[in-house]
Amino acid sequence: MMAESKFKILANGILKQNPTFIQVLGMCPTLATTTSAENGLGMGLATTAVLALSNITISLVRKFIPDKIRIPSYIVIIASFVTVIDMLMHGFIYDLWKTLGLFIPLIVVNCIILGRAEAFASKNNVFSSFLDGLGMGLGFTASLVLLGSVREFLGNGSIFSYHLSDVKMFAMILPPGAFMALGMLAAFFNYLGIRRSKAKKAEK
Amino acid sequence: MAPRLVFIFLSAILINNFVLSRFLGICPFLGVSKKTDTAVGMSIAVTFVMILASIITWILNIALDLLGIPFLRTIVFILIIATLVQFVEIFLKKTSPGLYEALGIFLPLITTNCAILGLALLNVQQNYTLVETIVNSAGAGLGFALALILFSTIRERMELSEIPEPFKGTAIALITAGLLSMAFMGFQGLVKL
Repeated sequence: MMAESKFKILANGILKQNPTFIQVLGMCPTLATTTSAENGLGMGLATTAVLALSNITISLVRKFIPDKIRIPSYIVIIASFVTVIDMLMHGFIYDLWKTLGLFIPLIVVNCIILGRAEAFASKNNVFSSFLDGLGMGLGFTASLVLLGSVREFLGNGSIFSYHLSDVKMFAMILPPGAFMALGMLAAFFNYLGIRRSKAKKAEK
Repeated sequence: MAPRLVFIFLSAILINNFVLSRFLGICPFLGVSKKTDTAVGMSIAVTFVMILASIITWILNIALDLLGIPFLRTIVFILIIATLVQFVEIFLKKTSPGLYEALGIFLPLITTNCAILGLALLNVQQNYTLVETIVNSAGAGLGFALALILFSTIRERMELSEIPEPFKGTAIALITAGLLSMAFMGFQGLVKL
């Protein structure tokens, strides 16, 4: 019973409340860094790390922080972790760090992180907060990899640099392609949702 | 000197448009673009805070470099922006209640607008002088305003048109933004820096 509820917290972020497609949060990095599946994966994992770490920390100190200054405190905690991740990426995976560029420090203002801190970590125990952060982060990563794969496949004919086709629509890698691909994917998920709710109605 | 400033200005508005080609500030772009009135209010508030924030962060960055702690940039900048937004809110409330009424609800939203922090970090990365920073920020703000207001007028028209069920809401907004972004790509090559 206990394990089941923990699993629910984890799965909640990945599917039911997917940050990108259901909650429509954190759109800037989603659009900007998904020029390839690899970049999307890198950005997603960096965000996941910050999200899980900041959720743990905020859950640990949640009883000491006065209510009035909680938002600035959360921002400082998040910004510290982002700085750490930024320096680690600079040191160990320089190429990815260079491609993602500005969007690594901008993880600070990703609304998913502050949103989870306020909505979940400030009210729940450490382990649940960690799972929530991990689930939301993995959901975000999955969306980024999906969008990155679609764009890389259409724009460059490959997925994770693995050559698949010779049809290359270069525009899909450029900014307009990001908006179009995400719009089409959102419409596709809406379509699935509508079809499922119609099927449920027909059953009744 | 002067042509360089013009280039920076035009490039910030049209070529490297913050919303449509740099993907900064997408949240307000999608969030408050349903009506032109709110879009105008948000644009003015963002432009105002952008210019103010980038001047202050430019000065602070010199201090950070002098102290030898440039790695604290992200933390310091985000705190400064958050404080600045609060300060502007209180200041406007006291001095010009009219403007406060108009901008009031948009100001708190600006703290988490990545365009402000993004601009501050970009200015530092590009090693702009103070004048160049101000010009670039004004351009970025106007570019944001241009994209947001154009987009809101399109969305107002779309209210009246029939949209297929799955595309309603975010999906059609994103595709419209894609078309707008494609139009802005026509400016590429206008000036080269």
